[in-house]
Amino acid sequence: MRPVLRFFLALLLIAGLAPLETMGEGQWPTPPAEGKPPPQISGPLSGGTGDHTKYEALKQPFATGPDVTKACLSCHTETGKHFMKNIHWTWEYRNPDTGQLLGKKHLINNFCTNARGNEGMCAQCHAGYGWKDESFDFSDETNIDCLVCHDTTGTYYKTPNSKGSPACSVMFEGKPPMDFTLIAQSVGLPERANCGACHFNGGGGDNVKHGDLSSALKNPPRELDVHMDAKGLNFACTACHVTKSHVWAGSRYRVAATDDKGTGKPGQRRDVATCESCHGTAPHKVDSLASFKRNDHISSIACQTCHIPEFARGGVATITNWDWRTAGKTRNGEGYHEHGYTQGNGEHRYTYKSIKGDFTYGENLVPLYRWFNGQMHYTTIDTKFDITKPVAINDFTGSREDGDSRIWPFKKMTTWMPADLGNGTLVYTHLWGEDSDSYWGNYDMGKAIAHGMKEFGLPYSGEHGFVETFSYWPITHMVAPKEDALSCEDCHSKQGRLDGVAGIYIPGRDNNRWLDLIGIIAVVGTLVFILGHALIRIVAPNRGKH
Amino acid sequence: MAIRRVRIFSLFERFWHWSQMLLIMTLMFSGFGLHGFHHLLDFKQAVDLHTLAAFLLLLLWAFSIFWLFTTRNWRHFIPTVKGMWQVLRFYSFGIFQGEHHPYRKAYWRKHNPLQALAYLMLKIVLFPLIWISGLVYLFYFLWRDIPHATQVLDGVALVHTGAAFTIVVFVMIHVYMLTTGHSFKEHVMPMINGFDEVDLTPEEEAYLLKDQPEVLG
Repeated sequence: MRPVLRFFLALLLIAGLAPLETMGEGQWPTPPAEGKPPPQISGPLSGGTGDHTKYEALKQPFATGPDVTKACLSCHTETGKHFMKNIHWTWEYRNPDTGQLLGKKHLINNFCTNARGNEGMCAQCHAGYGWKDESFDFSDETNIDCLVCHDTTGTYYKTPNSKGSPACSVMFEGKPPMDFTLIAQSVGLPERANCGACHFNGGGGDNVKHGDLSSALKNPPRELDVHMDAKGLNFACTACHVTKSHVWAGSRYRVAATDDKGTGKPGQRRDVATCESCHGTAPHKVDSLASFKRNDHISSIACQTCHIPEFARGGVATITNWDWRTAGKTRNGEGYHEHGYTQGNGEHRYTYKSIKGDFTYGENLVPLYRWFNGQMHYTTIDTKFDITKPVAINDFTGSREDGDSRIWPFKKMTTWMPADLGNGTLVYTHLWGEDSDSYWGNYDMGKAIAHGMKEFGLPYSGEHGFVETFSYWPITHMVAPKEDALSCEDCHSKQGRLDGVAGIYIPGRDNNRWLDLIGIIAVVGTLVFILGHALIRIVAPNRGKH
Repeated sequence: MAIRRVRIFSLFERFWHWSQMLLIMTLMFSGFGLHGFHHLLDFKQAVDLHTLAAFLLLLLWAFSIFWLFTTRNWRHFIPTVKGMWQVLRFYSFGIFQGEHHPYRKAYWRKHNPLQALAYLMLKIVLFPLIWISGLVYLFYFLWRDIPHATQVLDGVALVHTGAAFTIVVFVMIHVYMLTTGHSFKEHVMPMINGFDEVDLTPEEEAYLLKDQPEVLG
């Protein structure tokens, strides 16, 4: 078989070259190209060309993660430079449109408040080793954590970078040691569980933050996510969040709310993770007159709006309300927690924790729908606001008129969180630390705030309290199968899903009250007139005469 | 002048009338469903039905306009005030006295002046209002990015719905009118078999007898 194959291959090659030979007479060898030719476009990577169990660099005992990283970098020579540009490493993002400095390194969120100053705990999810304070070296390639994303054994784990209060560090004791050599030799492309180790647990627990990213997506059925369906398409996160030199498409800091470019040419689109980048800009099969209208809706409605009918599906709840005002209660001088919610998959969730306060959970939630142009405005540590009113941590912009917006689904998070009432700003709270100021262990919010602000040279009036805050999370995962998508009347009806969405006339939802009133009066009036006319004809004296 | 039974509604005209009736009923039913007045159809079905019926009606109208102008039948709809007063007086007064309808159909005037005016207004005002606003409405996504598109859409919806209400009123009066005179059946039959009593001039009668005897009953 093989010689035959070789023969045909050779034949093909000759046949392919033959025209070149005759054409290129006198030009051989090919003249050198002017300058360096641009890199060619490759398709998405898959398969792999090397077996990591055979590499000499990995056939050694490793004591620590950074030792593995050194071995990785000895072959993947440029990866460190690439990796250090991405947000998993920098935790920093300058929004080019608003100029705001964003990223976990700076932002305050209305869950566990701030990573800044609490890196000893929070930077467990930094894709690096040992970030516990400002002294972390962002230029040292060996600090990169390759394994958190590329481990395929499921045995790799991370613990906080600093000990924290003894009350907390006890939680992370007694874990089994890791076999770094086995883990290093088993690396592969990231799977859902790799990304999920951090992204499913944002906000301090399973699905707490996003509502559409939970551990249910590790092995989801088709009903939960049609793309990640473990028995079907089985997409890893990177199937959509395409990667180029360790930079991923799809950003929550700069959302592509409208994508009119569609699929692009093969291999060309590495910049977005939009639905359109695979499905194009006319994704619905036209099999009825109404299907035309479905494709028309693309310009006004984000795909997610109809195709993610509810979030926090799959049995894992999300937190919708968080109240820091009740945090700090102790029993016998110690913190405690209360079970109070059993979620769809049978697991219990805490509804109160001394270190965090009260939580409200929700599952199978109908999103909030609003016009959204992809632009978020963050209330950062230096933003002054009116403390008497609720403040949006990330307010979004968008309207029917701006040309970039579509109607998007959101999770709305409401949190009463610590603030500087004197200055009217949010605060950095010092939650994690070995000192006597850290809130987790000492339960003194005033001291924790004073410490957190002082550490970064920020003004603090000394008057702390709590403000009501909102945050908005665009919903984009947990895409349901098409048969579970919304039907027309979910929006085209009174009290439908788009009830609060302004700036658009929606048949079935909207009507002109006056016109309807006049119309009904006209129809009823005509009926009365006809009946009256008929009645007079019946009772008129000369009826029979004609 | 002689009153003769004459086939004044050709087969096409009758087909036009009844299929238009069916399509308009379908459009009213599905349209008021889309507007939210009833929920007997789900929204997708209503959209399918409304759009399909609308396109069929536009096709029918394209044929009917062609027919009207190629057969000279458009002349039946030229407005006139001659006899208008008598007709108005009849419906508001004489009808109660048991008087006869003052109008006699002529071969080239098969509608009374009030009817002719009403149908003309329907053809050149009300129907265009509803089909033009309907098409603009349907193709909203082609012009959604013009300035003030939302307000324009509000206006388009207003015109479309307003025209729909007016057509309902028209249909009610139109059907009620069938009950005036001798009998409901007598009014409906011409639109079924085509024949009605018409006042023919001797020339018309002679011409029809010689050239189109099948038109005379």
